[in-house]
Amino acid sequence: MKIVVCIKQVPNTDKVRINEATGTLIREGVPSIINPDDMNALEAALALKDQDANVHVAVITMGIPQAEDALREALAMGADEAIHLTDRAFAGSDTWATATVLAAALRKIGDYDLVICGRQAIDGDTAQVGPELAEFLGLPQITYVRELSVENNRVRAKRAVETGYFEMEAPLPALLTVIKDLNKPRMMDIRLIYKAYSDQADYKFWTAQDIGVDLTQIGVSNSPIPPVIFETWIFPPRSFSIKAPISRFT
Amino acid sequence: MDIKLTKQQKMVKLAAERFAQEVCAPVAAEIDREHRFPRETVDLLYKYGFVATGFPEEYGGTGYDRIAQVIVVEEIAKVCAATSSILSIHQSTAMCINNFGTKEQKDKYLRDLITGGVLVAFALTEPNAGSDASNIQTVALEDGDSYLLTGTKCFTSGAGVAGLYVILALTDPRQKTRGITAFLVPADTEGFKVGKIEEKMGICGAQTGELILENVRVPRENILGKLNGGFKLALAGIDVSRVTVIGAQSLGIAEGALQLAVDYAKKRVQFGLPIAEQQGLQWYLAEMATRVEATRWMVYCVAQMMQDGEKYSKNAAMVKLFSSETARFVTERALQIHGGYGFMKDYPIERMYRDAKITEIYEGTNEIQKTVIARSIL
Repeated sequence: MKIVVCIKQVPNTDKVRINEATGTLIREGVPSIINPDDMNALEAALALKDQDANVHVAVITMGIPQAEDALREALAMGADEAIHLTDRAFAGSDTWATATVLAAALRKIGDYDLVICGRQAIDGDTAQVGPELAEFLGLPQITYVRELSVENNRVRAKRAVETGYFEMEAPLPALLTVIKDLNKPRMMDIRLIYKAYSDQADYKFWTAQDIGVDLTQIGVSNSPIPPVIFETWIFPPRSFSIKAPISRFT
Repeated sequence: MDIKLTKQQKMVKLAAERFAQEVCAPVAAEIDREHRFPRETVDLLYKYGFVATGFPEEYGGTGYDRIAQVIVVEEIAKVCAATSSILSIHQSTAMCINNFGTKEQKDKYLRDLITGGVLVAFALTEPNAGSDASNIQTVALEDGDSYLLTGTKCFTSGAGVAGLYVILALTDPRQKTRGITAFLVPADTEGFKVGKIEEKMGICGAQTGELILENVRVPRENILGKLNGGFKLALAGIDVSRVTVIGAQSLGIAEGALQLAVDYAKKRVQFGLPIAEQQGLQWYLAEMATRVEATRWMVYCVAQMMQDGEKYSKNAAMVKLFSSETARFVTERALQIHGGYGFMKDYPIERMYRDAKITEIYEGTNEIQKTVIARSIL
């Protein structure tokens, strides 16, 4: 069975600091991580591989060159193959364009049985790419997966809703988006870290041309939603007591 | 300018940080309080390849990388000195076997030590032989094609939990240091017993104890290194462990304590202000941070010297001396900054204060380090 896991490298929003003077977020120097929900997606794939050594786990990301760290980390967790989609033409893509690119890449891969995505990214928070990708590829999709199993070429999953869950089933190939309740992602194996950075690592770079994607559907100029910078204003706490000064540590 | 880590080393740091937070930190207080050896943590250290870090690939290791070894011990020591002790002391003894063992010995024992969950302990110290290591009285009498070992070892790190022991005994008492031999003794050898397990002030999760040997039969092929070459082997091993064990561990303890002090000073409000606004405490923190920074550079520079194959004995002694003093200084100041809360077991700084002290004593006391350094410069 071939599983493709879609991951995204995002800024660690836990570690974002505030510029005291302007009240806005400081973006520089913020460490990058694999999006948390995507870690659950990867863990789900690796757990299936634990049960059956014939399972092949490929991890794919559309990202700038720096996203390599995310893919190497995935390899160090146990993924078999990493595919890095990187091209100037992808820059500024919104969810439509991103899903278009990923779909083209998946069509190139061809023989996948299961696509697993995280529910949503902590920087965009849209939760759109997974479902869009399923639609572009014509795959049945189950979202908000909190429990899953694969048997007889079908996937069974519990889809979380506010008041409980739906039990759903789909034939393979199918696409799932998963939530953090699904599992606890494993840690990296130090030996796999060295393997991930060695010549033995199965790491590919694909450009727009490699995947044959329609250039009129991708990039900033073709994104229905342009990147909007949301400025976050934090108002410092004001004390009405005469004596207490405002500490810069709070 | 910052210490340049390779991509692999940066990822090792990330992995070690996560391991420390998710596995070590949740049980650190409990293993200290209960004096409980954290077998489940050790199993995970094997499972995720932390123990294999720095060992040859042919025995299941990651390949030679001293910096990575230091990084792992440092990150774990930030949250749990006991676990960092268990890991680093085991690794340094296993490294001895890697460096001095015959092919047969390595084929027989090394893979288990690196990936198989078997710990190894190094037994040199005796009740009458601490700093004066050459004063050991455990004897090894030749008997046919084996030796019979009789004696007592004390303060052995890993006593009772190790599957294999490296035991130093006198094969030629007249020759003193040139009459000592290292023997590989499996834990289940007849006549070998683990005696008292010590109740310590700090690193309580790490098990330290007594070994009792009564005519323990050890085959000749279990001699590690050369006959009568045991003392040289011990000294070579200690050179390495001064950096990878004490250097890395002390650095981690100091960094962990410094961060706790900084976080506490920012949160604790007295006289209407966080205490971090008090210049007196700012000065303490500055002194602590400066020493931690100097220690960091020293440990990593000497680790790089080791990696590059340069001579480093004198530097290793300096690292041991300086880093352990830093750990003690920083934990003491950090506890003071915590005030009354620092004295309470609810707060981790109390444990770190107790843990730090051993770094000035084991792996060669700081007084011995000073003697070694003085000899090298005079």
